[in-house]
Amino acid sequence: MIGYIARRIAYLIPIWLGITLLAFALATFAPGDPARNYFQRTHGRQPNPTELAQVRARFELDEPIPQRYLGWVGGAVQGDLGLSFSSGRPVADELLNRFPATLQLAAAATLIAVAVAVPIGVLAALKRNSWVDQLTRGVAMLGASIPSFWLALLLIIFFSVKLQLLPSSGRGGFDHLILPALALGLGDAAIIARLTRSSLLEVLGEDYVTTARAKGISEGRVVVRHVLRNSLAAIVTQVGLAFGFLLAYSAIVEVIFVWPGIGLLAVEAIGQRDYNMIQGFVVFAGTIFVVINLVVDLLYLWLDPRVTLGPQERAAVA
Amino acid sequence: MAVEAASTFAPDADRLGSPTVLLPKKSLLRQLIRDRTALVGLIILVVMFGLALAAPLVAPFDPNDADVVNRYAPPSAEHWLGTDNLGRDEFSRLLFGARISLFAALAVGIAILAIGIVVGMISGFAGGLVDGILMRIVDVLLAFPSLLLALTITGMLGPGLFHLLVGMAVVWWTDYARLMRGLVLTVKERPFIESAKALGLPRRLIARRHILPNIVSPVIVLGTLQTGRLLLALSALSFLGLGVQPPTAEWGAMLSEGRNYLASAPQLMLYPGLAITIAALGFNLLGDGLRDILDPTLR
Repeated sequence: MIGYIARRIAYLIPIWLGITLLAFALATFAPGDPARNYFQRTHGRQPNPTELAQVRARFELDEPIPQRYLGWVGGAVQGDLGLSFSSGRPVADELLNRFPATLQLAAAATLIAVAVAVPIGVLAALKRNSWVDQLTRGVAMLGASIPSFWLALLLIIFFSVKLQLLPSSGRGGFDHLILPALALGLGDAAIIARLTRSSLLEVLGEDYVTTARAKGISEGRVVVRHVLRNSLAAIVTQVGLAFGFLLAYSAIVEVIFVWPGIGLLAVEAIGQRDYNMIQGFVVFAGTIFVVINLVVDLLYLWLDPRVTLGPQERAAVA
Repeated sequence: MAVEAASTFAPDADRLGSPTVLLPKKSLLRQLIRDRTALVGLIILVVMFGLALAAPLVAPFDPNDADVVNRYAPPSAEHWLGTDNLGRDEFSRLLFGARISLFAALAVGIAILAIGIVVGMISGFAGGLVDGILMRIVDVLLAFPSLLLALTITGMLGPGLFHLLVGMAVVWWTDYARLMRGLVLTVKERPFIESAKALGLPRRLIARRHILPNIVSPVIVLGTLQTGRLLLALSALSFLGLGVQPPTAEWGAMLSEGRNYLASAPQLMLYPGLAITIAALGFNLLGDGLRDILDPTLR
């Protein structure tokens, strides 16, 4: 088991390096000269050659590209992602400052998704092919088709503009969290509900469920003790993966609700052509995404001891 | 790992043993009509693509004709869905917007399908180092959320429809590549391929004649669902201002413009979003139905 975890982590290192290469290439080969742009924005005029050289030196742009990459990755490992072109502050600090807001939003969205989806999924599985099941299928299909940013706008129109119940932008008290979390979480609820249903159906067909029923155990107890317990691993996995995606996909919802998370930061950085910030963001988000996937995998192993590492998994870590 | 990657479609891959082509065209259409879900999806898509194609004939107004006197007009016999903040006919803009939204999503869909098939087949057939390198590239791209990567690439290239299409195509081909590679690996070892090899048929011919027909159905299913997702992503990125620029009509861009009049004219937000939802629903229904038809093991 420990060997497996170690191999999984070792396997992530080349992937992580690939992400840094991608981030660096994006920022380095993008059109435009970041040093010149920076000087023009801060001084309002074209730089002379000496000034340009100074700016280049400050942002470590004066070295050959391979050296810059190595220096940057070396820094990234130690949590130094360079300086932001727009604020002049360390990129890592800005990302860390903004990250809690994104985390809070994604966590709230996941809570909503689970609270809505799991009961519906269980109900749909227990009443298979009934109208409840058909209805969830339809709603799930609709949920997968509604663009989350449109849902966000509809929520604003209804709850902020018409009813004037909830604020439509910014981060503050609990009331600020509700609309963005709903906009982000409802789409996911659709997916989780369907998955809950199918993993429950799988377990409901098992012999030990029939045995439990035959022994005269009440249906409620069968569902909670035997069925739910055994479909937990699949549900938790899906929720974990969804959480990773929510962290990423929150960007658009953050823009709409002016929620000060890393997604909004990235979109702002793109607008200001802040290359260092963008490459820092790509590495930061990529790292988090990779780590979440790893944790979910390990959680699955822990929750479902029946899963043994077959040849496929061994091949994957080899 | 290949088998694992294509696991969603694994039941399909298992059935690919028979050398008969799985897609007799007539019966697929007949089955589609019998499957209510798929039929509804198909009808939605046919109507929407038809309207998009016929936009210049059907649209009552020029989508960019501003009529400042007639701003925010309510729906009427003249303006079916009313007019927008510049007095432009909302219905005409939706029709012309459909052309860009739907066909751009389709264009990205075809581009990534082509890239994915080529990469997946090379990977599956070549194996070894080539396979290793290509699959590590796929791993890196999959390690990062597609939408954010497309957003970043497009942002770096600068806003515009072409850059948006490039940004999306660079990111989204990985699913197809994995699926193709998995299918090639499964099919490659089948007896009828062995016998074709034994007969001394050239590899390219084996690939085209014996392997491709056997991978068509999983690819069709993935392609339909994927195009729906591309449409959603495309409109989201357009909404952020990375796609077509005003005044061109496109569903995501229309939402982006309408957002400024959220309080005064919320109806401007309604139609483009509804159009996106219905189109995406069409792709999802059709894809779901196709999966039921083409892969009975999943029923």
